Amino acid sequence: MTTEVSTETVTVAIDGHEVQVAKGTSILEAARQVGIDIPTLCHHPDLPDAGVCRMCVVEVDGQRNLQASCAFPLTQATEVTTHSPRIHQARRDVLDLMLSEHYGECRTCVRNGNCELQDLAAEYGCDYVRFGHKTEATSCLDNLGPSIVRDMDKCIQCLRCVRTCAELQGIGALGVLGRGDKTEVGTYLDIALSQVNCINCGQCINRCPTGALTAVDNTDQVWAAIKDPTKHVVIQTAPAPRAGIGEEFGQEPGTPMTWQMNTALRRVGFDKVFDTNFTADLTIIEEGTELLLRLYKNLVLSDSSQPVPQFTSCSPGWIKYIEHQYPEYLANLSTCKSPQQMFGALIKTWYAKENDIDPSDIVSVSLMPCTAKKFETTRPEMTDSGFADVDYALTTRELAKMIREYGIDLPDMPKSDFDDPFGTASGSGVIFGATGGVMEAALRTVVELVLGIKVEDLFAHADIVPVRGFEGAKYVEVTIPDKVGPVPAILAHLVPDWDWLKGATLKVAVVHGTANAEKVMEDIKAGGKFSECHFIEFMACPGGCLGGGGQPIPTNADIRQARAKAIYGEDAAYGEEGRARKSHENPAVLRLYEEFLTEGPCGHTSHHLLHTDYTNRGTFIAASTKKES
Amino acid sequence: MLTVPPQLAPEFKTLSKEIDALLKTHGQGRDALIPVLQDLKERHHEISDLAMQVVADRLRVPAVEVQGVATFYSYLGTAPTGCHVIHLCRTLSCDMAGAKAVAEALTKELGIEFGETTKDGQFTLKWANCIGMCDQAPAALADREALGSLTPKLVKEIVAGLRAKADKK
Repeated sequence: MTTEVSTETVTVAIDGHEVQVAKGTSILEAARQVGIDIPTLCHHPDLPDAGVCRMCVVEVDGQRNLQASCAFPLTQATEVTTHSPRIHQARRDVLDLMLSEHYGECRTCVRNGNCELQDLAAEYGCDYVRFGHKTEATSCLDNLGPSIVRDMDKCIQCLRCVRTCAELQGIGALGVLGRGDKTEVGTYLDIALSQVNCINCGQCINRCPTGALTAVDNTDQVWAAIKDPTKHVVIQTAPAPRAGIGEEFGQEPGTPMTWQMNTALRRVGFDKVFDTNFTADLTIIEEGTELLLRLYKNLVLSDSSQPVPQFTSCSPGWIKYIEHQYPEYLANLSTCKSPQQMFGALIKTWYAKENDIDPSDIVSVSLMPCTAKKFETTRPEMTDSGFADVDYALTTRELAKMIREYGIDLPDMPKSDFDDPFGTASGSGVIFGATGGVMEAALRTVVELVLGIKVEDLFAHADIVPVRGFEGAKYVEVTIPDKVGPVPAILAHLVPDWDWLKGATLKVAVVHGTANAEKVMEDIKAGGKFSECHFIEFMACPGGCLGGGGQPIPTNADIRQARAKAIYGEDAAYGEEGRARKSHENPAVLRLYEEFLTEGPCGHTSHHLLHTDYTNRGTFIAASTKKES
Repeated sequence: MLTVPPQLAPEFKTLSKEIDALLKTHGQGRDALIPVLQDLKERHHEISDLAMQVVADRLRVPAVEVQGVATFYSYLGTAPTGCHVIHLCRTLSCDMAGAKAVAEALTKELGIEFGETTKDGQFTLKWANCIGMCDQAPAALADREALGSLTPKLVKEIVAGLRAKADKK
């Protein structure tokens, strides 16, 4: 994301290499096009440029001072020098000044080995602290929340987090306060991040060049549980980490590690390895049923107590966002818990009973691409099993650390399947990890349940391509033919027939990133196109879960694209291997309804364990929760 | 829409009315942020937590951004000040022309140091960096009024004048 680029071009010479670029292209971008790397700490490909770190300074012909290459748009033919003694000295000065203000031990920092400041300090030969070194902390560590830790002593004021929060995500929980040498990155009135309008998405963590913003680390608690012989430690793994964790082990982005990871998890000491996609499939049944019921109530019974469009509820960042910004629309949210929480509730009830294990001895861990999932586990309503439904949500980065601690090189692991009784879920569960995945999975199931035909008859290979891709907000119409099927047995007690859907146009939308969510919500408020939708998938993070705040660092559009490719590739492979690709074909889900959720989807037990309600949080920030110093 | 806890409701109602009226003058866009904050500062001698949240809500900018703007400009600032703020220039020209004696007269007259506010809440003393009045050094700002060629004697008169204004209120 750089300055506006026109169709006119200019030719510039960068270190003697001639390059033709669109007028308005930044020097930094032009240099990268010819393979010249200019160091930066504040530039990020997902964000508008700020030009604040001054690491990317270059010499431009005709300019007396060094220029920040990220913020210098090329408008005429010129010559640029990216490396010279003067430039080197300037960059070294910037680094030395940053290091003098940077308090904290590299050795114990979670970003040790993956820190942009550390890397540049090494690259520019910073071998002593020329301007001294801060010897004590001057900022209060904000570790009061369940998801994000803020250590401003490690902040270099590149403002990536501020731009991420305000512009990429449209939240504005972090801002720039004060001026000059008193400038600080902070929250409103320095209130703990968990007490302001932060949605815990963790996108700031993924873009922070240092260890100033990190995720809460739960690995110590999980190791303690694993080492405790009285505990039965199970882990459920979400689809997105499988597409990302390879990056932590030197693999190219988009190298799936699903089956190797199962083996590694058992070696690390987890007693059972479960597939969160099982409850993704279950979510589709519950949420799809809820959607059909909502439509039936609104369209046939004229009962608008549960309004349409129905919004998805899988993304805990999105949930907190709507609770803060649009609480008047909470009734539109599906009451379904997220797959993580559904699984948590089932593990400590059905699974515990089936296997004769005292649920208080079960430690239920989840592997998520997400920092908001940590917050979700702490929501007071997530205790329907009688216990904390999920004890610890680990990020992809935390699990990679645990696997490394055990001396395991993940890509070398033999492959193995998920454990029973939940088994390996359907391809529809897998695609939950990408934006559009929940919608595609829901459509595959709803189409088959309503029309009584195979989804392949409408979409080749059951790939519902219109809902895929990284466009910020996608709007898709699906016309239901005049011929509908009989109501399947599993739903027979809820609706008499599908005749009322004959010839109807099902309008759906897919939205990812909360800045896009804001646009769609405003459109709905104004009675625009999206207000006519029946079902909208919202994901808080750009790209959906695969771009989550718990995924490996760094992130950019290419990396997210590669992870998406891995996810859709896995779904396709399920088809080739004869595994289920549709949620309602998952045999373990069908068994669950036969044996445990016997009142069917949206029935009494489902409602008790798998559905939830929401909190009107609003935008008011209460100063009484000011951080203790 | 911002909703506040019941104990803040009366203050919220008054502030909302006032800020909505200000926005009628300054517009509803984010470019109204600075003029609104200037008006609030001048009227209340502070920019309170609740005022910042109401402004944020009305202009649809994050509260932290309102605080960011308020704390960036030294003539704004969120902390309460006295009804009258005297900014004495401390840069080179003024210093050479006798700003030190003026400063001493001010602290003596008001009984406070620079950066402090009198107990009655009437006066705050602050340093300013160059205010562009080097030709009339030593110079100061008393609220919005620029004062030049200051002497310790003039300081007494100025303070007395401001006090009289306060008494009339």
